[in-house]
Order: sequence, then C-alpha cells, then structure tokens
Amino acid sequence: MTTISSGRTAEAPTVAPDLPDRTPPRLPELGPLELLRWMWRQLTSMRVALILLFLLALAAVPGSVIPQTPQNPAAVRDFVAAHPDAAPWLQRLGLFNVFGSIWFAAIYLLLFMSLIGCFVPRSWQHAAALRAQPPATPRNLSRLPGYRTFRTTAEPVSVVAAAGQALRRARFRVVAEPGTVRAEKGYLRDTGNLLFHLAVLGLLVAFAAGKMYGFRGSALVVEGDGFTNTVTQYDTLTPGRMLDPDQLSPFTLKLADFSARYLEAGPQRGQPADFAAVVDFSREPGAPMQTARIRVNHPLELGGVKIFLGAHGYAPVVTVRDADGAIVFHGAVPFIRQEPTSLASGGVIKVPDAVPEQLGFDGFFLPTAAFDPNLGPISTFPAALNPRLVLTGWRGDLGLDAGIPQSVYRLDTRKLTQLRAGSDAAAGPWRTALAPGQRAKLPGGLGSITFDGYREWVNLDIAKDPGRLPALASAALALLGLLLSLSIRRRRVWVRASADEAGRTVVELGALARTEAPGLDGEVDRLAARLRERLGVADGDGGSDRVLGTGTDLPVRDRD
Amino acid sequence: MVNETLAGISYNFVVSATAVYALALFAYVAEWAFGARSRVGRTVPELVMAGGGDAAVGGVGGDTNAEAPLSADGPGPDGVPAPDAAGVDRAERLGRIGVSLTVLAAGLHLAGVLTRGLSVGRVPWGNMYEFVTAGTLVVVLVYLALLRRFDARWLGLFVTMPVLLALGAAVTVLYVDAGQLMPALHSVWLVIHVAAAVIASGCFTVGAVLTLLYLGLDLRARRGLGPAYIGARRLPDPDVIDRLAYRVFAFAFPIWTFAVIAGAIWAENAWGRYWGWDPKETWSFITWVVFAGYLHARVTAGWKGRAAAMIALVGIGCLLFNLFGVNIWIIGKHSYAKM
Ligand code: HEM
Repeated sequence: MTTISSGRTAEAPTVAPDLPDRTPPRLPELGPLELLRWMWRQLTSMRVALILLFLLALAAVPGSVIPQTPQNPAAVRDFVAAHPDAAPWLQRLGLFNVFGSIWFAAIYLLLFMSLIGCFVPRSWQHAAALRAQPPATPRNLSRLPGYRTFRTTAEPVSVVAAAGQALRRARFRVVAEPGTVRAEKGYLRDTGNLLFHLAVLGLLVAFAAGKMYGFRGSALVVEGDGFTNTVTQYDTLTPGRMLDPDQLSPFTLKLADFSARYLEAGPQRGQPADFAAVVDFSREPGAPMQTARIRVNHPLELGGVKIFLGAHGYAPVVTVRDADGAIVFHGAVPFIRQEPTSLASGGVIKVPDAVPEQLGFDGFFLPTAAFDPNLGPISTFPAALNPRLVLTGWRGDLGLDAGIPQSVYRLDTRKLTQLRAGSDAAAGPWRTALAPGQRAKLPGGLGSITFDGYREWVNLDIAKDPGRLPALASAALALLGLLLSLSIRRRRVWVRASADEAGRTVVELGALARTEAPGLDGEVDRLAARLRERLGVADGDGGSDRVLGTGTDLPVRDRD
Repeated sequence: MVNETLAGISYNFVVSATAVYALALFAYVAEWAFGARSRVGRTVPELVMAGGGDAAVGGVGGDTNAEAPLSADGPGPDGVPAPDAAGVDRAERLGRIGVSLTVLAAGLHLAGVLTRGLSVGRVPWGNMYEFVTAGTLVVVLVYLALLRRFDARWLGLFVTMPVLLALGAAVTVLYVDAGQLMPALHSVWLVIHVAAAVIASGCFTVGAVLTLLYLGLDLRARRGLGPAYIGARRLPDPDVIDRLAYRVFAFAFPIWTFAVIAGAIWAENAWGRYWGWDPKETWSFITWVVFAGYLHARVTAGWKGRAAAMIALVGIGCLLFNLFGVNIWIIGKHSYAKM
C-alpha cells in the first residue's frame, strides 16, 4: 500500500528535505579514499553545516569584545599595556585580528566548502525536478494530512477535467490521467533557496575580491593644502594584496574650504550639525580642475575611488622668529583634538632652524576659550568663536637628526630644556595664551612666536573597493532568494474520482506539503468547494471536510 | 528646531501607554486567575455565543476553538469537578477587556512615537529610547495582527509583560530629551536601516515569546500534566505554538537581512566600507548567522523542536545584546547612538 512517506519519496531526491543526515556517522573500515569520501559526506551534511554556522557565530564574538588591530590599533596598544601577561597569548592566537585570523578563515572556508558540496547535488536534483512530472497519486489519499472527500453524480471523466482545470488555473503543474489528477506547485521555493545559497557564496567572493584589489587609506589635509593620490601622501594606507600601489588612480585635489556647523543652543549645544568640505580636484595630471563638495554620507567619487570626510580639527598658523629676528618658521600646524565635544586640541610646533638653539612648543588650541578656576583654560564650544593658543616652550636639540622617525604630534624632550618664566631657579615654566594676531616674546631673548590665525584640517578617508557592486548585487539576490524560499510552499495535490456501488462518483482530494505549509488546509478547502460547486453534490452527501484535517494550525478567526 | 511642547506631549503619550499596558496586563492576569478557579465543562464556542457582543479590534467573538472539546457535563480533563459558568464568563470578559486596553494603549503608544518624530522633524528612531519605544510598538502591533487572524488572545499576557518592562525602562532610565542627530546619521539609509531593524526586532521578540511559551508547554506535556489554560481557554498544543513561532521568525528573518544590507549601504556611504567588523556590525552578523542556524535546524533531523527553539533563544539573546549590551559596554563607530 502506498503510504504518505512513499508518496513523499516517489521522487526521492527533491522530496526528502534533509537527506544527508539520515545515516548516523559510522566510521568506515576502508582505505583512505573511502575515508575521504566519508569525510566529504560528513562535511556536506546538514548537521555539520549547522555546527559550522554556530562556530562562525561563536568565533565572531571575541572580535567584538577584544580590541582589533585593523579597526582600532590605538585601543589594542592600550589593551596590551594594560594586560601584559595575557596580551602575548592573545596575540599568538590571533585574537587582536580575529577576522583576519587563520582559524576564522578555516571556519568559513569549511562552511563554504560544505555549502558548495551541498549546493551542487541539490541543483542537479532541482533541475531534474523542474523537468519531472508530479508524482503518482498515492493509493490511500485519506492518510494525507490534507484530505477532503464528497460524492457527486458527475462522471469521473468530468471530475478529472474540472479538477485539472481548477488546478491549472491555480498555476499548478498538472497531469491528468484516467480517474485521477496529480499536481504540484511551488518549485520556485527551491529555486529561491538555491539562489540564496549561491548568492551568499557570491557575497563572500565579492568581499574577498574587494579586499584584495582595493585599498583604504587616510590623509590629513589642511585647508589650502593639496593631496596627490600616491603612496607617500598617505598617513596610513592598507593596500589589497593584489593591488599595485603604483597604479593608484592619479588624481590630485586641494582642500579649498572646510566648515563645520554646531548646534548653538539647547541641551545638545556643541553637537555637530553638519560638516562640508569644498575641494578642487583634477582626475589626472593635465585634466581640468573641477570643484566638488564633500559632506558626511556624500563622498566624492573619482574613478572608483571614494573620498570621505573623517575626523577634523584646527591647525593654528604661527610665525616663529629667532634671536636674530629672522623668520625661522611659518605655517599651519595641525593640532589633534583632545576632547571630542569642545574640540580642545593638542599639538606641538617644532622649529629646527632656530638659532642658536632649536625651539619646540607644545600646548593647546582652544576654539572657544574660557578660564575655569579649577581646570585652567578650557574650551566651551567646538566652533572657533574665541580661539586661543596656549603654549609652553622648549629649547635644545629636537632630536630630528637622529634618523629615527618621530611623531609630529609629540616632542622628544630628552635633550630639551623647558623655557622658564624668569631667570631665577624658582621661576615656573614659561607659558603664553595668544589670541589671533598676538605675539609673545620668548624669555631670554630667544625670539618670539606669533599666532597668526588658524586653518581647519580634515582627515580624508580614501577607499577603493571594486567588490562593492558585486557584493550589493549578491546581497540583493540573496534577499530575493530568501523571500522566495520562505514565502512559497512546495505542495502537491491529488484528486481521484472513482465510482461507488450506487453509481455515484466518489471524489477524493489529498494534499501534501514538503515543509511546513500554513494555509494548505484552506487551499484544499477552496479547491473542494469549487469542485462541489462545479460538479454538484450527490444528494445527502456533502462529504466531510476535515476527515483528517491537519489540525496542526492555529484556529483561524472566522472572517468574511 | 526641537519642538519642546510636542516632545513633552510625546512623553506623556508614552507614559500613558505604559500605564494602560499595565492595566491590560492586570486584566490578562485576572482572566487567568479567574479562569483557573472556574474553568471547566464549557467549550469556548458556547461561551462566546453566551457572551454575545464583540470587543474592539481583534475582539474574540465568533471564534471557534476546536481545540477545547471539553464535554458539557463531565469533569474537566484535570478532574476539576463542577462547571462555574459565571466565573468562566467573568474570565472571558476580563480577557476581552485586556484586548481592548491593549488596543487603547497601542493607540497612545503610536501617538507617542509619531509626536516624538514630529517634535524633532525626523524619524523617531535615533537613540535607544526611541528605538525601544518604536520596537515595543511593533511587538504590540504584531500581536494585534496575529489576533486579527488567529484565535491568539492567550498571547496577550505574554506580550504585554515584556512590553511593559521595556517601556518602563524606556521612560525611566533610557529616556533622553528630543534632539538632533549627529551628521553621520543624516541619511535615508539610516531611516531605512533602523526602521527595518526595529520591525525585525519587534517580530523576533514576539517569536521569542512564542518560543518560550512553546518550551514551557512542551515541558509541561512531557511531565504528563494536562493542557494549559488561560482563563477559560485552552492554550494550543506546543507544536502549534512552535509552528507559529517559526512563521514569525521566518517573517522576521528577511527583514533583518534587509536591515543588515541597508546598514551596510549606509556604512559604505558614511565611512567608505560596507563592512568593517565594528562591534555593532559584528553582533548583527552573529544574530543573522544564529537565526540562519535556527532555520537550518528546523529541517535537520535531530535538531527540530526543542533544539531549534533553544537556538532561536540564543538568537534573540544576541539581538538584545546588540541593542543594549553593545551600546553600553562596547565602543565602536556606532557608539554615538547613545543612551
Ligand atoms: C554560509 C552558510 C549558509 C547560510 C548563511 C545558510 C542559510 C540558510 C537559510 C537562511 C535558510 C532558510 C531559508 C531558505 O530556505 O532559503 C537555509 C536553508 C537551507 N540550507 Fe542553508 N545556509 C548555509 C549553508 C548551507 C549548507 C552548507 C547546506 C548543506 C549542507 C545548506 C542547506 C540548506 C537547505 C537544504 C536548506 C533548505 C531548508 C528547507 O528546505 O526549508 N545550507 N540556509
């Protein structure tokens, strides 16, 4: 007798939803080839795919808890300093670069191997299923979850014709035979599922390719200064493995203006409201200059390279004269923001050309200066409403000639002496607070420093990712596949018409879905109702509607 | 820029909604308590006919509850002796009051979210307070939508409880004054991304509530205890609830997928990379992978049922951690989505 399960497996490969899992893992006694095949079968089983998915999720966790070098190198340095014992171990395990670590790669590569091993045979099966006919009508329809029956005076031939027509109109694939109709629908579900898995694979490829052939970098540019897209002009640059750094697109640009607007009142006073930069650029040497505005969320795109606004700040412009009155330094010096909300910024000015001794200054730029009795000079607002440059000074050897690269934001004070406010030993450090245009004499006739004004700077984040659009396309296809797969039900309906002793025709309907199919009951009900209406019900036998209704759905509220 | 009056009105709406949810919860609890004392001997369809009129939206009149085929005069399945029609009626009425109050609260809640948006001239999901008020609204709307389609009033108790807790936290600890957003947050993709994330989170939450209920009822069934009741109504079988949970998750998952994609598009516009393993991104990835695992588990032999349900709970844990934990403990580029 044909049972439900044989009905399901009439076309075995596509019907059983979880084929590879049925056999429990059993170690074979055979040679290496068998072992390999066994391992492959395990790898491509649903259970292992599930476990690998979990491992992937689990493996991502430390990447969000422990600071990561690619995202935040400074936080990693702090972390290493704070945990000197654990840090080397974490380092060895790759925990400061989880998403670039071997073990993370191992997990997703295994998962994608599993995916391919799962995808290929399923595609073949599905291709075959697309060409196949709905399976034969099970002998005992009443054992199917969706079963309806009634009797009619119409001939079996017209029952079959009517059922075939109704099912075709409902876009089922229909095969009508003497006395029975078999129909199937919802092939798009599996197409969608395969599309989804393929697109996830495509997403990985696009992501990896984008990383390999793209780059990311950033460069601090002061208003009025320019930038040429070559390796040396970057402050940081992470080129992809397959990228030739000499082949960066050859644009140049000049930061004409940067402006930031801040909320001026209310509890959020000082919070940025908008940033914008105006740049003059040319796509390649000799090309005409053009002008563009870059705003947050609105990058400038030049030949596949995108230019974004990153951090920004102030660069005080100063002039330093030495003991002889000669100008030994003039320029804008970027100061780095110390306090994100008030933009109080710190920085140093190095004057190696001063005679008789080199000079160095360090201090603060306060965009809206105020004096706090406890904290001293502070900034109360990020816009330059009342700018002050607060400095202390040093003399001696800046250490620039030692050949060791030095941070431009820090003074190496080992060979420097701090300038004092007076000549006696008790005098405190020399310190000055300048408004724009003001000049301060240095103690001991060493010269003077003038605060001419300020310019703004902005970090340009520059990135190229050729995998961007393929990744977007893959993601969109994955979403499409997912929607198809999760919203469509693959289901089969059979109708049988047979004569009973009284010369009437018994009509039986049976339906089966491969997976959970809410609404299948209703669908069969509607079909049964239509057939009853078309064929007429033999008197006294309206039939039974829920002989074996699935009974597994929530009761639906009756609505009209 | 910020309309303070409107912001105040919004806050009052949300607080009133919270109060009305509390009343609704009270009604559901009372229904449960009364029903537990008096339920027996009546099938619910009879009751509904006796009870007459319908409640507001999602009222319960006309339901057929074929799942409660208790005989009219014999003892109930738990062996409780005599029917107490008056008590059952009262429980039924309380349940309907609960639904009406929920609808009322949802109306106030919606008004609160809308006025918040109007007060700042932007979409009202820019910080955690706003995210929670919008997300809980989605939870309630999903419940009411289920109620329109299914005989699912038993969910009321389990939905209003977490909503009440979350809203209570929102109006007290999470509250921030209406304000402008950081420039990086001025983007249509933000609007789309967060809207999708809010909707998906709300749906996931309803799924989690159903899953917990499923696990509880399943445990009960395995212990050999009789069917569970809320008021006079028998709860559906664990399997039925499990299936409903699956449908809710299967509805939410593509929305979450879309939210992650929209977020990536926004990140690309704002920072020049669509994926950078920022903690917020990492946790939405983890959540996504765990729910993909859940969907897999449902079709994997040996993982269906309880194991799959546990996976879904892990997924909801990840979702909540992303929403609260990451904002509070972990600093990333997203950290200006402040409390
Ligand atoms: C990158 C890894 C994977 C992800 C993110 C993923 C995700 C998903 C999701 C979300 C679903 C449910 C939606 C749908 O039915 O289309 C699904 C279904 C499915 N996946 Fe995967 N999957 C992955 C790998 C695999 C692998 C390795 C296999 C095979 C061993 C596999 C086999 C299946 C099958 C057979 C279904 C259909 C379930 C059904 O019939 O409802 N998947 N997958």
